[in-house]
Amino acid sequence: MQVKSGRNQLRSMFRELTDGVVTGLAMLATVVVVAPLVAIFVYLIYKGASSLSLSFFTRLPRPVGEAGGGMANAIVGSAILLGIASLIGVPVGIGGGIFLAEFGRGTKLADAIRFTADVLNGVPSIVMGIAIYALIVVPQNHFSAFSGGVALGIMMIPTVCRTTEEMLLMVPHAVREAALALGVPNWRSVLSITVKTASPGIITGCMLAFARVAGETAPLIFTALGNSFWSTSLNQPIAALPLQIWVYAQSPYEDWHRLAWAGALVLIILIVTAVSLVRYVTSRGVLKGAS
Amino acid sequence: MGVGIEVINLNAWYGTNHSLQDVNLNMPGNHATALIGPSGCGKSTFVRCLNRMHETNPIARVTGTVRIGDLDIYEDCKPVEIRRRVGMVFQRPNPFPTMSIYDNVAAGLKLNGYSNHRALDEIVEKSLKNSALWDEVKDDLKKKSGASLSGGQQQRLCIARALAVDPEVLLMDEPASALDPVSTSKIEDLIFQLKSQYTIVIVTHNMQQAARVAEKTGFFLNGRMVEFDSTHKIFTNPSDKRTEDYITGRFG
Repeated sequence: MQVKSGRNQLRSMFRELTDGVVTGLAMLATVVVVAPLVAIFVYLIYKGASSLSLSFFTRLPRPVGEAGGGMANAIVGSAILLGIASLIGVPVGIGGGIFLAEFGRGTKLADAIRFTADVLNGVPSIVMGIAIYALIVVPQNHFSAFSGGVALGIMMIPTVCRTTEEMLLMVPHAVREAALALGVPNWRSVLSITVKTASPGIITGCMLAFARVAGETAPLIFTALGNSFWSTSLNQPIAALPLQIWVYAQSPYEDWHRLAWAGALVLIILIVTAVSLVRYVTSRGVLKGAS
Repeated sequence: MGVGIEVINLNAWYGTNHSLQDVNLNMPGNHATALIGPSGCGKSTFVRCLNRMHETNPIARVTGTVRIGDLDIYEDCKPVEIRRRVGMVFQRPNPFPTMSIYDNVAAGLKLNGYSNHRALDEIVEKSLKNSALWDEVKDDLKKKSGASLSGGQQQRLCIARALAVDPEVLLMDEPASALDPVSTSKIEDLIFQLKSQYTIVIVTHNMQQAARVAEKTGFFLNGRMVEFDSTHKIFTNPSDKRTEDYITGRFG
Protein backbone atom coordinates (compact mmCIF):
# COMPACT_ATOMS: atom_id res chain seq x y z
CA MET A 1 0.00 0.00 0.00
CA GLN A 2 2.81 2.34 0.95
CA VAL A 3 4.50 1.93 -2.39
CA LYS A 4 1.25 2.44 -4.29
CA SER A 5 0.35 5.68 -2.53
CA GLY A 6 3.89 6.92 -3.13
CA ARG A 7 3.50 6.24 -6.82
CA ASN A 8 0.13 7.99 -6.83
CA GLN A 9 1.69 11.01 -5.21
CA LEU A 10 4.41 11.09 -7.83
CA ARG A 11 1.83 10.82 -10.60
CA SER A 12 -0.25 13.65 -9.21
CA MET A 13 2.88 15.83 -8.88
CA PHE A 14 3.70 15.07 -12.50
CA ARG A 15 0.19 16.04 -13.56
CA GLU A 16 0.41 19.33 -11.73
CA LEU A 17 3.75 20.00 -13.36
CA THR A 18 2.35 19.26 -16.83
CA ASP A 19 -0.61 21.52 -16.12
CA GLY A 20 1.72 24.33 -15.06
CA VAL A 21 4.00 23.95 -18.07
CA VAL A 22 1.13 23.90 -20.59
CA THR A 23 -0.57 26.89 -18.97
CA GLY A 24 2.77 28.71 -19.03
CA LEU A 25 3.26 27.91 -22.72
CA ALA A 26 -0.23 29.18 -23.55
CA MET A 27 0.47 32.42 -21.71
CA LEU A 28 3.79 32.77 -23.49
CA ALA A 29 2.06 32.34 -26.83
CA THR A 30 -0.42 35.07 -25.88
CA VAL A 31 2.42 37.41 -25.02
CA VAL A 32 4.18 36.64 -28.31
CA VAL A 33 0.99 37.44 -30.20
CA VAL A 34 0.12 40.62 -28.33
CA ALA A 35 3.63 42.03 -27.84
CA PRO A 36 4.28 43.18 -31.43
CA LEU A 37 0.90 44.91 -31.51
CA VAL A 38 1.56 46.73 -28.27
CA ALA A 39 5.12 47.57 -29.39
CA ILE A 40 3.92 49.05 -32.69
CA PHE A 41 1.23 51.08 -30.99
CA VAL A 42 3.54 52.41 -28.28
CA TYR A 43 6.20 53.31 -30.83
CA LEU A 44 3.64 55.06 -33.02
CA ILE A 45 2.40 57.11 -30.10
CA TYR A 46 5.99 57.92 -29.09
CA LYS A 47 6.92 59.05 -32.60
CA GLY A 48 3.65 60.48 -33.83
CA ALA A 49 1.74 61.94 -30.91
CA SER A 50 4.00 64.99 -30.62
CA SER A 51 3.18 66.05 -34.18
CA LEU A 52 -0.55 65.65 -33.72
CA SER A 53 -2.41 68.91 -33.41
CA LEU A 54 -5.69 70.37 -34.48
CA SER A 55 -4.12 71.65 -37.68
CA PHE A 56 -3.10 68.10 -38.60
CA PHE A 57 -6.77 67.26 -38.94
CA THR A 58 -7.90 70.55 -40.51
CA ARG A 59 -5.07 71.79 -42.75
CA LEU A 60 -3.80 70.71 -46.15
CA PRO A 61 -0.18 69.64 -46.66
CA ARG A 62 2.25 72.55 -46.95
CA PRO A 63 5.14 72.77 -49.45
CA VAL A 64 8.59 71.72 -48.27
CA GLY A 65 10.20 74.26 -45.97
CA GLU A 66 6.97 75.74 -44.69
CA ALA A 67 6.19 74.69 -41.16
CA GLY A 68 2.87 73.17 -40.11
CA GLY A 69 0.34 71.70 -42.47
CA GLY A 70 -1.82 68.62 -41.98
CA MET A 71 -3.48 65.72 -43.66
CA ALA A 72 -7.13 66.77 -43.71
CA ASN A 73 -7.41 65.90 -47.38
CA ALA A 74 -5.83 62.47 -46.85
CA ILE A 75 -8.15 61.63 -43.96
CA VAL A 76 -11.24 62.56 -45.98
CA GLY A 77 -9.74 60.88 -49.04
CA SER A 78 -9.21 57.62 -47.17
CA ALA A 79 -12.78 57.78 -45.87
CA ILE A 80 -14.13 58.23 -49.41
CA LEU A 81 -11.95 55.44 -50.83
CA LEU A 82 -12.94 53.04 -48.07
CA GLY A 83 -16.60 54.01 -48.49
CA ILE A 84 -16.48 53.11 -52.18
CA ALA A 85 -14.53 49.95 -51.38
CA SER A 86 -17.08 48.82 -48.78
CA LEU A 87 -20.01 49.58 -51.10
CA ILE A 88 -18.46 47.19 -53.61
CA GLY A 89 -16.74 44.62 -51.41
CA VAL A 90 -19.36 44.02 -48.72
CA PRO A 91 -22.48 43.34 -50.83
CA VAL A 92 -20.65 41.35 -53.51
CA GLY A 93 -18.69 39.40 -50.91
CA ILE A 94 -21.70 38.58 -48.74
CA GLY A 95 -23.79 37.73 -51.78
CA GLY A 96 -21.06 35.40 -53.04
CA GLY A 97 -20.71 33.79 -49.62
CA ILE A 98 -24.47 33.16 -49.42
CA PHE A 99 -24.39 31.58 -52.85
CA LEU A 100 -21.45 29.35 -51.93
CA ALA A 101 -22.94 28.17 -48.64
CA GLU A 102 -26.65 27.95 -49.46
CA PHE A 103 -27.73 27.91 -53.07
CA GLY A 104 -24.71 26.66 -54.95
CA ARG A 105 -23.49 24.07 -52.49
CA GLY A 106 -21.93 21.12 -54.31
CA THR A 107 -22.20 22.66 -57.78
CA LYS A 108 -19.30 23.10 -60.20
CA LEU A 109 -19.99 26.83 -60.36
CA ALA A 110 -19.56 27.14 -56.59
CA ASP A 111 -16.26 25.24 -56.71
CA ALA A 112 -15.06 27.58 -59.45
CA ILE A 113 -16.08 30.69 -57.49
CA ARG A 114 -14.45 29.39 -54.31
CA PHE A 115 -11.22 28.69 -56.20
CA THR A 116 -11.30 32.12 -57.85
CA ALA A 117 -11.86 33.84 -54.52
CA ASP A 118 -8.90 32.02 -52.99
CA VAL A 119 -6.66 32.97 -55.91
CA LEU A 120 -7.89 36.57 -55.77
CA ASN A 121 -7.04 36.61 -52.08
CA GLY A 122 -3.46 35.70 -52.95
CA VAL A 123 -3.01 38.29 -55.71
CA PRO A 124 -0.39 40.84 -54.59
CA SER A 125 -1.99 44.21 -54.05
CA ILE A 126 0.36 45.96 -56.48
CA VAL A 127 -0.92 43.64 -59.22
CA MET A 128 -4.47 44.64 -58.30
CA GLY A 129 -3.38 48.28 -58.73
CA ILE A 130 -1.95 47.64 -62.18
CA ALA A 131 -5.02 45.67 -63.25
CA ILE A 132 -7.38 48.49 -62.26
CA TYR A 133 -4.99 50.94 -63.89
CA ALA A 134 -5.35 49.06 -67.16
CA LEU A 135 -9.09 48.52 -66.82
CA ILE A 136 -10.29 51.90 -65.55
CA VAL A 137 -7.54 54.52 -65.43
CA VAL A 138 -6.21 54.01 -68.98
CA PRO A 139 -9.62 54.05 -70.72
CA GLN A 140 -10.66 57.10 -68.70
CA ASN A 141 -7.32 58.74 -69.29
CA HIS A 142 -7.01 60.04 -65.73
CA PHE A 143 -6.39 58.84 -62.20
CA SER A 144 -9.43 58.93 -59.95
CA ALA A 145 -10.82 58.26 -56.48
CA PHE A 146 -13.31 55.92 -58.11
CA SER A 147 -10.63 53.65 -59.56
CA GLY A 148 -8.85 53.55 -56.18
CA GLY A 149 -12.08 52.59 -54.43
CA VAL A 150 -12.73 49.84 -56.97
CA ALA A 151 -9.23 48.42 -56.47
CA LEU A 152 -9.70 48.30 -52.69
CA GLY A 153 -13.27 46.98 -53.04
CA ILE A 154 -12.18 44.06 -55.21
CA MET A 155 -9.50 43.27 -52.64
CA MET A 156 -12.21 43.04 -49.97
CA ILE A 157 -14.40 40.60 -51.89
CA PRO A 158 -12.54 37.31 -51.31
CA THR A 159 -12.14 37.81 -47.56
CA VAL A 160 -15.77 38.81 -47.07
CA CYS A 161 -16.99 36.03 -49.36
CA ARG A 162 -15.07 33.20 -47.73
CA THR A 163 -15.78 34.26 -44.13
CA THR A 164 -19.47 34.63 -44.96
CA GLU A 165 -19.46 31.11 -46.38
CA GLU A 166 -17.65 29.68 -43.35
CA MET A 167 -19.98 31.44 -40.90
CA LEU A 168 -23.13 30.31 -42.72
CA LEU A 169 -21.92 26.71 -42.74
CA MET A 170 -21.53 26.92 -38.96
CA VAL A 171 -25.25 27.62 -38.47
CA PRO A 172 -26.71 24.35 -37.13
CA HIS A 173 -28.78 22.25 -39.52
CA ALA A 174 -31.51 22.11 -36.87
CA VAL A 175 -32.09 25.87 -37.17
CA ARG A 176 -32.57 25.61 -40.95
CA GLU A 177 -34.93 22.65 -40.51
CA ALA A 178 -36.97 24.59 -37.94
CA ALA A 179 -37.58 27.34 -40.47
CA LEU A 180 -38.43 24.96 -43.31
CA ALA A 181 -40.83 23.01 -41.08
CA LEU A 182 -42.77 26.24 -40.45
CA GLY A 183 -43.51 26.47 -44.16
CA VAL A 184 -41.02 29.26 -44.74
CA PRO A 185 -39.72 29.27 -48.32
CA ASN A 186 -36.04 28.40 -48.61
CA TRP A 187 -34.83 31.82 -49.83
CA ARG A 188 -36.67 33.53 -46.98
CA SER A 189 -35.25 31.11 -44.46
CA VAL A 190 -31.73 31.74 -45.76
CA LEU A 191 -32.02 35.52 -45.59
CA SER A 192 -34.03 35.91 -42.38
CA ILE A 193 -32.78 32.98 -40.32
CA THR A 194 -29.44 31.60 -41.49
CA VAL A 195 -27.77 34.88 -42.42
CA LYS A 196 -29.14 36.56 -39.32
CA THR A 197 -27.85 33.78 -37.09
CA ALA A 198 -24.42 34.02 -38.70
CA SER A 199 -24.34 37.83 -38.78
CA PRO A 200 -21.84 38.41 -35.92
CA GLY A 201 -19.26 36.31 -37.76
CA ILE A 202 -20.07 37.88 -41.10
CA ILE A 203 -19.63 41.36 -39.62
CA THR A 204 -16.26 40.33 -38.21
CA GLY A 205 -15.24 39.17 -41.68
CA CYS A 206 -16.26 42.51 -43.19
CA MET A 207 -14.31 44.38 -40.52
CA LEU A 208 -11.21 42.28 -41.15
CA ALA A 209 -11.39 42.99 -44.85
CA PHE A 210 -12.01 46.68 -44.17
CA ALA A 211 -9.06 46.99 -41.82
CA ARG A 212 -6.83 45.17 -44.26
CA VAL A 213 -7.54 47.41 -47.25
CA ALA A 214 -7.55 50.59 -45.12
CA GLY A 215 -3.77 50.35 -44.88
CA GLU A 216 -3.15 49.37 -48.51
CA THR A 217 -0.82 51.67 -50.43
CA ALA A 218 0.23 49.70 -53.49
CA PRO A 219 -3.14 49.45 -55.22
CA LEU A 220 -3.62 53.21 -54.85
CA ILE A 221 -0.36 54.27 -56.50
CA PHE A 222 -1.68 53.62 -60.01
CA THR A 223 -5.30 54.50 -59.30
CA ALA A 224 -6.04 57.17 -56.70
CA LEU A 225 -2.52 58.53 -57.19
CA GLY A 226 -2.61 60.96 -54.26
CA ASN A 227 -3.30 64.67 -54.20
CA SER A 228 -1.77 67.54 -52.25
CA PHE A 229 -4.89 69.62 -52.59
CA TRP A 230 -8.44 69.44 -51.38
CA SER A 231 -10.59 67.15 -53.51
CA THR A 232 -13.68 65.08 -52.86
CA SER A 233 -14.49 64.43 -56.50
CA LEU A 234 -14.68 60.78 -57.48
CA ASN A 235 -13.30 61.70 -60.90
CA GLN A 236 -10.12 63.36 -59.66
CA PRO A 237 -7.00 61.96 -58.08
CA ILE A 238 -7.51 61.84 -54.35
CA ALA A 239 -5.23 61.78 -51.31
CA ALA A 240 -5.17 58.82 -48.94
CA LEU A 241 -3.47 58.34 -45.59
CA PRO A 242 -1.29 55.37 -46.61
CA LEU A 243 -0.18 57.17 -49.79
CA GLN A 244 0.62 60.34 -47.90
CA ILE A 245 2.56 58.39 -45.28
CA TRP A 246 4.48 56.65 -48.03
CA VAL A 247 5.38 59.91 -49.77
CA TYR A 248 6.35 61.68 -46.54
CA ALA A 249 8.36 58.77 -45.14
CA GLN A 250 10.43 58.57 -48.34
CA SER A 251 11.22 62.27 -48.38
CA PRO A 252 14.53 63.58 -47.00
CA TYR A 253 12.83 66.17 -44.78
CA GLU A 254 12.73 65.80 -41.01
CA ASP A 255 9.34 67.49 -40.44
CA TRP A 256 7.72 65.36 -43.16
CA HIS A 257 8.99 62.26 -41.34
CA ARG A 258 7.26 63.47 -38.20
CA LEU A 259 4.05 64.02 -40.14
CA ALA A 260 4.32 60.51 -41.58
CA TRP A 261 4.50 59.10 -38.04
CA ALA A 262 1.49 61.15 -37.03
CA GLY A 263 -0.35 59.96 -40.13
CA ALA A 264 0.39 56.33 -39.28
CA LEU A 265 -0.92 56.85 -35.76
CA VAL A 266 -4.10 58.49 -37.08
CA LEU A 267 -4.61 55.68 -39.61
CA ILE A 268 -4.45 53.04 -36.87
CA ILE A 269 -6.74 55.03 -34.58
CA LEU A 270 -9.26 55.53 -37.37
CA ILE A 271 -9.30 51.81 -38.20
CA VAL A 272 -9.72 50.84 -34.54
CA THR A 273 -12.49 53.43 -34.11
CA ALA A 274 -14.35 52.33 -37.23
CA VAL A 275 -14.18 48.67 -36.25
CA SER A 276 -15.26 49.33 -32.64
CA LEU A 277 -18.10 51.57 -33.80
CA VAL A 278 -19.49 48.92 -36.12
CA ARG A 279 -19.18 46.30 -33.37
CA TYR A 280 -20.96 48.54 -30.90
CA VAL A 281 -23.78 49.46 -33.26
CA THR A 282 -24.37 45.88 -34.37
CA SER A 283 -24.19 44.46 -30.85
CA ARG A 284 -26.87 46.76 -29.45
CA GLY A 285 -29.72 44.71 -30.88
CA VAL A 286 -28.41 41.44 -29.45
CA LEU A 287 -30.69 39.82 -26.89
CA LYS A 288 -29.85 38.42 -23.51
CA GLY A 289 -28.68 34.85 -23.79
CA ALA A 290 -28.36 34.82 -27.58
CA SER A 291 -25.12 33.19 -28.54
CA MET B 1 -59.31 21.35 -35.80
CA GLY B 2 -57.34 18.20 -36.32
CA VAL B 3 -57.90 16.11 -39.42
CA GLY B 4 -57.26 12.47 -40.13
CA ILE B 5 -54.19 11.19 -41.96
CA GLU B 6 -54.34 8.40 -44.49
CA VAL B 7 -51.14 6.83 -45.76
CA ILE B 8 -51.21 4.50 -48.77
CA ASN B 9 -48.23 2.50 -50.04
CA LEU B 10 -45.63 4.92 -48.79
CA ASN B 11 -42.04 4.15 -49.77
CA ALA B 12 -39.02 6.28 -48.98
CA TRP B 13 -35.34 6.11 -49.81
CA TYR B 14 -32.16 7.79 -48.69
CA GLY B 15 -29.86 7.27 -51.65
CA THR B 16 -30.06 3.52 -52.26
CA ASN B 17 -31.25 2.75 -48.75
CA HIS B 18 -34.91 1.77 -48.91
CA SER B 19 -35.82 3.09 -45.48
CA LEU B 20 -39.62 2.86 -45.64
CA GLN B 21 -41.39 -0.01 -47.37
CA ASP B 22 -45.07 -0.10 -48.29
CA VAL B 23 -46.44 1.63 -45.24
CA ASN B 24 -50.23 1.81 -45.00
CA LEU B 25 -52.16 3.26 -42.12
CA ASN B 26 -55.01 5.49 -41.05
CA MET B 27 -54.55 7.91 -38.19
CA PRO B 28 -57.76 9.37 -36.77
CA GLY B 29 -58.16 13.14 -36.37
CA ASN B 30 -57.99 14.77 -32.95
CA HIS B 31 -56.17 11.82 -31.46
CA ALA B 32 -52.58 11.14 -30.54
CA THR B 33 -50.86 8.37 -32.44
CA ALA B 34 -47.57 7.01 -31.13
CA LEU B 35 -44.92 5.41 -33.32
CA ILE B 36 -42.50 3.08 -31.62
CA GLY B 37 -39.67 0.86 -32.76
CA PRO B 38 -35.91 0.43 -32.46
CA SER B 39 -33.48 3.07 -33.76
CA GLY B 40 -33.22 3.20 -37.53
CA CYS B 41 -36.55 1.47 -38.10
CA GLY B 42 -37.95 4.33 -40.17
CA LYS B 43 -40.26 6.10 -37.69
CA SER B 44 -38.53 9.46 -38.09
CA THR B 45 -38.42 9.07 -41.85
CA PHE B 46 -42.13 8.28 -41.75
CA VAL B 47 -43.13 11.45 -39.89
CA ARG B 48 -40.83 13.50 -42.11
CA CYS B 49 -42.80 12.21 -45.08
CA LEU B 50 -45.99 13.60 -43.54
CA ASN B 51 -44.86 17.21 -43.97
CA ARG B 52 -42.53 16.65 -46.90
CA MET B 53 -39.43 17.44 -44.86
CA HIS B 54 -37.97 14.14 -46.08
CA GLU B 55 -37.35 15.60 -49.52
CA THR B 56 -35.27 18.52 -48.17
CA ASN B 57 -32.41 16.02 -48.18
CA PRO B 58 -31.01 16.04 -51.73
CA ILE B 59 -30.51 12.26 -51.86
CA ALA B 60 -33.98 11.45 -50.52
CA ARG B 61 -36.88 10.11 -52.60
CA VAL B 62 -40.45 9.17 -51.80
CA THR B 63 -43.40 7.46 -53.53
CA GLY B 64 -46.96 6.73 -52.45
CA THR B 65 -49.90 8.75 -51.24
CA VAL B 66 -50.43 10.75 -48.07
CA ARG B 67 -53.84 12.33 -47.50
CA ILE B 68 -54.18 14.88 -44.74
CA GLY B 69 -57.86 15.76 -44.47
CA ASP B 70 -58.95 16.06 -48.12
CA LEU B 71 -55.52 17.06 -49.32
CA ASP B 72 -53.19 14.69 -51.20
CA ILE B 73 -49.98 16.34 -50.03
CA TYR B 74 -47.76 14.99 -52.82
CA GLU B 75 -50.23 15.82 -55.58
CA ASP B 76 -52.28 18.86 -54.63
CA CYS B 77 -49.87 21.34 -53.16
CA LYS B 78 -46.37 22.66 -52.69
CA PRO B 79 -44.14 21.62 -49.78
CA VAL B 80 -44.30 25.06 -48.12
CA GLU B 81 -48.11 24.96 -48.07
CA ILE B 82 -48.31 21.57 -46.41
CA ARG B 83 -45.68 22.52 -43.83
CA ARG B 84 -47.89 25.39 -42.69
CA ARG B 85 -50.71 22.94 -42.07
CA VAL B 86 -48.56 20.26 -40.48
CA GLY B 87 -46.40 21.57 -37.66
CA MET B 88 -43.30 19.76 -36.49
CA VAL B 89 -41.37 19.55 -33.22
CA PHE B 90 -37.89 18.07 -33.37
CA GLN B 91 -35.90 15.86 -31.04
CA ARG B 92 -33.55 18.61 -29.94
CA PRO B 93 -35.09 21.97 -29.11
CA ASN B 94 -34.14 24.30 -31.97
CA PRO B 95 -35.28 27.85 -31.23
CA PHE B 96 -33.90 30.57 -33.50
CA PRO B 97 -30.94 31.77 -31.40
CA THR B 98 -30.93 35.39 -32.57
CA MET B 99 -34.65 35.91 -31.99
CA SER B 100 -36.48 36.93 -28.85
CA ILE B 101 -39.03 34.59 -27.30
CA TYR B 102 -41.79 36.63 -28.93
CA ASP B 103 -40.16 36.57 -32.37
CA ASN B 104 -39.55 32.85 -32.12
CA VAL B 105 -43.25 32.21 -31.65
CA ALA B 106 -44.22 34.76 -34.29
CA ALA B 107 -41.55 33.57 -36.75
CA GLY B 108 -43.76 31.30 -38.83
CA LEU B 109 -46.30 34.07 -39.38
CA LYS B 110 -43.84 36.94 -39.78
CA LEU B 111 -41.61 35.12 -42.22
CA ASN B 112 -44.66 34.33 -44.33
CA GLY B 113 -45.49 38.00 -44.56
CA TYR B 114 -48.08 38.35 -41.78
CA SER B 115 -47.75 41.76 -40.13
CA ASN B 116 -50.87 42.63 -38.15
CA HIS B 117 -49.21 43.51 -34.87
CA ARG B 118 -52.19 43.39 -32.58
CA ALA B 119 -53.27 40.03 -33.93
CA LEU B 120 -49.69 38.79 -33.62
CA ASP B 121 -49.63 39.75 -29.94
CA GLU B 122 -52.76 37.72 -29.37
CA ILE B 123 -51.53 34.72 -31.33
CA VAL B 124 -48.20 34.72 -29.47
CA GLU B 125 -49.95 34.85 -26.10
CA LYS B 126 -52.41 32.13 -27.05
CA SER B 127 -49.69 29.86 -28.43
CA LEU B 128 -47.52 30.29 -25.35
CA LYS B 129 -50.50 29.57 -23.11
CA ASN B 130 -51.32 26.49 -25.18
CA SER B 131 -47.77 25.27 -24.75
CA ALA B 132 -47.88 25.98 -20.98
CA LEU B 133 -44.96 28.40 -21.18
CA TRP B 134 -46.74 31.75 -20.88
CA ASP B 135 -46.44 32.19 -17.12
CA GLU B 136 -42.72 31.49 -17.16
CA VAL B 137 -41.78 33.91 -19.94
CA LYS B 138 -44.47 36.60 -20.10
CA ASP B 139 -42.20 39.20 -18.47
CA ASP B 140 -39.30 38.91 -20.88
CA LEU B 141 -41.01 38.10 -24.14
CA LYS B 142 -39.04 40.62 -26.13
CA LYS B 143 -36.04 40.97 -23.85
CA LYS B 144 -34.66 37.45 -23.80
CA SER B 145 -33.44 35.23 -26.60
CA GLY B 146 -35.18 31.92 -27.14
CA ALA B 147 -31.79 30.28 -26.63
CA SER B 148 -31.54 31.61 -23.07
CA LEU B 149 -34.34 29.33 -21.83
CA SER B 150 -33.77 25.91 -20.27
CA GLY B 151 -33.97 22.83 -22.49
CA GLY B 152 -37.52 21.98 -21.42
CA GLN B 153 -38.67 25.56 -21.85
CA GLN B 154 -37.02 25.70 -25.27
CA GLN B 155 -38.92 22.61 -26.34
CA ARG B 156 -42.23 24.14 -25.20
CA LEU B 157 -41.21 27.31 -27.05
CA CYS B 158 -40.74 25.20 -30.17
CA ILE B 159 -44.21 23.72 -29.63
CA ALA B 160 -45.63 27.24 -29.28
CA ARG B 161 -43.83 28.23 -32.48
CA ALA B 162 -45.39 25.28 -34.30
CA LEU B 163 -48.86 26.05 -32.88
CA ALA B 164 -48.72 29.73 -33.84
CA VAL B 165 -49.21 29.03 -37.54
CA ASP B 166 -52.44 27.20 -36.60
CA PRO B 167 -51.68 23.77 -38.04
CA GLU B 168 -54.12 20.88 -38.24
CA VAL B 169 -51.55 18.24 -37.44
CA LEU B 170 -48.60 18.31 -35.05
CA LEU B 171 -45.71 15.93 -35.69
CA MET B 172 -43.40 15.31 -32.76
CA ASP B 173 -40.14 13.48 -33.37
CA GLU B 174 -39.03 12.24 -29.94
CA PRO B 175 -39.92 15.59 -28.39
CA ALA B 176 -38.88 14.62 -24.86
CA SER B 177 -35.84 12.44 -25.43
CA ALA B 178 -33.39 15.28 -24.73
CA LEU B 179 -35.25 16.44 -21.62
CA ASP B 180 -35.23 15.61 -17.90
CA PRO B 181 -38.20 13.76 -16.31
CA VAL B 182 -39.94 16.92 -15.02
CA SER B 183 -39.84 18.60 -18.43
CA THR B 184 -40.88 15.33 -20.02
CA SER B 185 -44.00 15.09 -17.91
CA LYS B 186 -44.86 18.69 -18.77
CA ILE B 187 -44.60 17.88 -22.47
CA GLU B 188 -46.77 14.80 -21.97
CA ASP B 189 -49.44 16.80 -20.14
CA LEU B 190 -49.31 19.21 -23.01
CA ILE B 191 -49.83 16.49 -25.62
CA PHE B 192 -52.83 15.38 -23.62
CA GLN B 193 -54.40 18.82 -23.77
CA LEU B 194 -53.42 19.55 -27.37
CA LYS B 195 -55.04 16.51 -28.88
CA SER B 196 -58.49 17.99 -28.41
CA GLN B 197 -57.52 20.60 -31.01
CA TYR B 198 -54.90 18.92 -33.17
CA THR B 199 -54.07 15.56 -34.62
CA ILE B 200 -50.82 14.50 -33.00
CA VAL B 201 -48.27 12.01 -34.27
CA ILE B 202 -45.50 11.33 -31.79
CA VAL B 203 -42.37 9.27 -32.33
CA THR B 204 -40.97 7.93 -29.09
CA HIS B 205 -38.43 5.49 -27.73
CA ASN B 206 -40.18 5.51 -24.42
CA MET B 207 -42.93 2.90 -24.41
CA GLN B 208 -44.49 4.16 -21.19
CA GLN B 209 -44.77 7.53 -22.87
CA ALA B 210 -46.59 5.99 -25.82
CA ALA B 211 -48.92 4.19 -23.43
CA ARG B 212 -49.61 7.37 -21.49
CA VAL B 213 -50.36 9.83 -24.28
CA ALA B 214 -51.58 7.94 -27.34
CA GLU B 215 -54.85 6.22 -28.29
CA LYS B 216 -53.26 4.48 -31.24
CA THR B 217 -49.80 3.00 -31.54
CA GLY B 218 -47.84 1.79 -34.54
CA PHE B 219 -44.82 -0.47 -34.32
CA PHE B 220 -42.09 -0.08 -36.96
CA LEU B 221 -39.33 -2.54 -37.68
CA ASN B 222 -36.71 -2.41 -40.46
CA GLY B 223 -38.64 0.14 -42.51
CA ARG B 224 -41.97 -1.70 -42.29
CA MET B 225 -45.05 -1.08 -40.25
CA VAL B 226 -45.45 -4.31 -38.33
CA GLU B 227 -48.59 -3.56 -36.39
CA PHE B 228 -50.97 -0.66 -35.94
CA ASP B 229 -53.75 -0.82 -33.41
CA SER B 230 -55.20 0.77 -30.30
CA THR B 231 -52.48 1.48 -27.77
CA HIS B 232 -54.18 -0.77 -25.23
CA LYS B 233 -54.16 -3.73 -27.60
CA ILE B 234 -50.53 -3.18 -28.68
CA PHE B 235 -49.30 -3.14 -25.12
CA THR B 236 -51.48 -5.90 -23.67
CA ASN B 237 -52.25 -8.28 -26.48
CA PRO B 238 -50.27 -7.61 -29.66
CA SER B 239 -51.14 -9.78 -32.67
CA ASP B 240 -47.60 -9.97 -34.03
CA LYS B 241 -44.85 -11.93 -32.33
CA ARG B 242 -42.25 -9.24 -33.17
CA THR B 243 -44.31 -6.53 -31.50
CA GLU B 244 -44.59 -8.66 -28.40
CA ASP B 245 -40.85 -9.31 -28.37
CA TYR B 246 -40.14 -5.61 -28.67
CA ILE B 247 -42.50 -4.36 -25.98
CA THR B 248 -41.48 -7.06 -23.56
CA GLY B 249 -37.88 -5.99 -24.04
CA ARG B 250 -36.56 -9.08 -25.80
CA PHE B 251 -34.75 -6.89 -28.35
CA GLY B 252 -34.36 -3.25 -29.41
